[in-house]
Amino acid sequence: MNEKAMRSQRKWQTIIWVAIILVFTYLASDITNFNIIHGIATLPNAITWIFSNLTITSETLERLPKILEKLAETILMSIAATTTATIFSLFLGLMGSKTTGTSSVLGVFARFIASVARNIPVVAWALILLLSFGQNSMTGYLALFVGSLGFLTRAFIETIDEASHSAVEALRATGSTYFQIVFKAVIPQCLPQMISWILFMIETNIRSATLVGILTGTGIGYSFDLYYKTLNYSAVALVTFVIVISVIIIELMSNRIRKVIL
Amino acid sequence: MEATTTLVKRRANGRISIKSGNKVEQVMAGTIFVLTLLTILAFFFFNYAGLDISRAIPETAYNLKTMFLEPALSHFTWGEAIYQVGITLGLAFLATILGAVIAFFLALMAATNLSNLWVSKTVRIVVAFIRAVPTVLWVLIFAIAAGLGSEAAVLGMLFHSIAYLVKAFSEAFEEVDRGILEALTATGANWWHIITHAVLPSTFTYLLSWTFLRFEINFSVAVAMGAAAGAGGIGFELFMASGFYFDMREVGLITYIILLLAIVLEIMSTQLKKRYFPAKAVR
Amino acid sequence: MTLVEVKNLGKSYNAQTRVLKDVSFEVEAGEFVSIIGLSGAGKSTLLRCINRMVEIDEGNVIFDGLDVGSLNKQELRKMRTNIGMIFQHYNLVPRLSVIENVLHGRLGYKTTLQGVFNRFTELEKEHAFFLLEKLGIADHAYKRCDQLSGGQQQRVGIARSLIQEPKLVLCDEPIASLDPNSSEIIMDYLKSITKELNIACIVNLHQVEIACSYSDRIIGLSKGNVVFDGPSFMLTSAHTDEIYGTKTVETRKLVTV
Repeated sequence: MNEKAMRSQRKWQTIIWVAIILVFTYLASDITNFNIIHGIATLPNAITWIFSNLTITSETLERLPKILEKLAETILMSIAATTTATIFSLFLGLMGSKTTGTSSVLGVFARFIASVARNIPVVAWALILLLSFGQNSMTGYLALFVGSLGFLTRAFIETIDEASHSAVEALRATGSTYFQIVFKAVIPQCLPQMISWILFMIETNIRSATLVGILTGTGIGYSFDLYYKTLNYSAVALVTFVIVISVIIIELMSNRIRKVIL
Repeated sequence: MEATTTLVKRRANGRISIKSGNKVEQVMAGTIFVLTLLTILAFFFFNYAGLDISRAIPETAYNLKTMFLEPALSHFTWGEAIYQVGITLGLAFLATILGAVIAFFLALMAATNLSNLWVSKTVRIVVAFIRAVPTVLWVLIFAIAAGLGSEAAVLGMLFHSIAYLVKAFSEAFEEVDRGILEALTATGANWWHIITHAVLPSTFTYLLSWTFLRFEINFSVAVAMGAAAGAGGIGFELFMASGFYFDMREVGLITYIILLLAIVLEIMSTQLKKRYFPAKAVR
Repeated sequence: MTLVEVKNLGKSYNAQTRVLKDVSFEVEAGEFVSIIGLSGAGKSTLLRCINRMVEIDEGNVIFDGLDVGSLNKQELRKMRTNIGMIFQHYNLVPRLSVIENVLHGRLGYKTTLQGVFNRFTELEKEHAFFLLEKLGIADHAYKRCDQLSGGQQQRVGIARSLIQEPKLVLCDEPIASLDPNSSEIIMDYLKSITKELNIACIVNLHQVEIACSYSDRIIGLSKGNVVFDGPSFMLTSAHTDEIYGTKTVETRKLVTV
């Protein structure tokens, strides 16, 4: 009897959940003018269009060196933004973690900075910075830097909190100073996880860099936008292809590194 | 205090080495070295055209001050603002929910314990490819391929949501106890029975939390698509306010709205995370 | 010569529970003292008050003529270099090599930068190898600590405390996570340290038999009070009953404390 009651309760719970989701889906489709039937109906056309227009021709291949140069700019920008943000995040992470934090005021400060930097989307930072920094790599770099700072600080705080506290205690008992404890007990334990986060951030940043590039007119995003607006779809295909290849290569490389160090 | 010489490793200068010098350390040191080198290289290669730091920094500081201390709406009303936020949330919701449904079936095919090796491999490769194309490119490509509109934005965002959720869902499925699957197979249950009676009940809360996490991500993606791909919503208003009207006070208010929503979503998903998988790091 | 003097020590983590109540005893240089008691009796806290890993609330701890409770940060660091500490879970940095972990014991003697950049002298490194050899684990010197067995890790912990050249070693349940065989090895090493190097050793234990067979003196702790303090041979079953509450009714109460 009891089991039956529980079952019917679960059944009702499921039904309510499904109903809520359906209502939200309806509301969302209504407000955004999204028509699922229309969406599905256009899908075959869209795919046909993609296959017939997004083909790389030999004449677009001539643009490859120029595109690769832009790609290099984007990748370097992503890496530079990540590594420089890492340095600041490391200190914010040490301040924000319970294990290594020295004062609660600094801890709250670190968490606040991280939260604001992370939750304001990268596009917003890009648009704000664009106004004064202009169309150059610095704008994209700074936008990615702020986003990375927020994300990495949170990741580092979690990593340091998760690391075992026992070695910290042991070093404290030997009379070590604060920075000795940080560099000899905390960092060695957290380093593999931190490197893993840094690699993840680089992967994410390369994708975001394309987006930021479209807005700020730099790097591979700019190339894409240019060809897209001039309806040069063959070049659009080439740019997309180049991005895909580089993202996959970087992912494979970081997975290899992760496999060894974690 | 004489140590045996055989066990002591010495460096070239005769000093005793204390590093274990294993592969892990080498790889970590190598990674850090290469990244440092590339960073230095990056600053040489940057295109600094039109950059005037001495002007840009105080100007940005002034803009930030205007944004955050004097936020105001001037080109549209509060009602419209809420409506635009609704559109952004709507786009994010549609991409998430459709993505979750499609990802569920794909994840069943990708989970190694529920599917055969080849199907699983194929799904994984396709998903890896989809992930490699940035969302904004998907949206822009669909915008021309399917005609501009919310369908393009949702489709574009859908792709990444599927890729993300397939990975998360299939990992959840793979953690289902093998014994349960075996027991059900032994009773003669078919594949769909196993899914609906064993796999789904034991992973449902996981799937729900992952879906919500993706919703949180999709919200900021939807903002970005509004700004960069003309998908509408609050992101588009942000783009207009900063790039068209140069109205920093409006940019400030829109940023506050986005920040507030993002923080609310983050708090909700952290609560879910704490409740359902406390130990797992979420990407 | 008195090395450690604990006078009327009291400690409470919150208003309701007082972990230590009016604890007083003295430890001579080169003495081997075991502190026995149930878990929750305050053994760990007592040990950590001696090198002020936890703050002292009431009373005093005098170590080597210094009032531990009133030292400033710098003086406290300096004092801690004279006190080695050994932990139940070894508390090593798992990803670092054995030799690096041993050398961590020297950090207290270094400036921050010397420590951060591994500026250890050749003499210190030789000393580390000497200790590892003495403890029979020199051939693991370049292995990562997490590749060692529990007993071996604890020996690394001992080496780390000995390289400090301490006057006192505090051992917090050093054998609680080890099998009987490794436990015996570890206890033998601890015993020989006190004998050969004239280092005082205070060991938290919960096994009475081991405490009796190794230590010169036993301090029994129950609910934060010293209920026995004397040479091992004077410990009677009446005392252990009091310490461990072996009387059936009492057990329940104590366990829940």
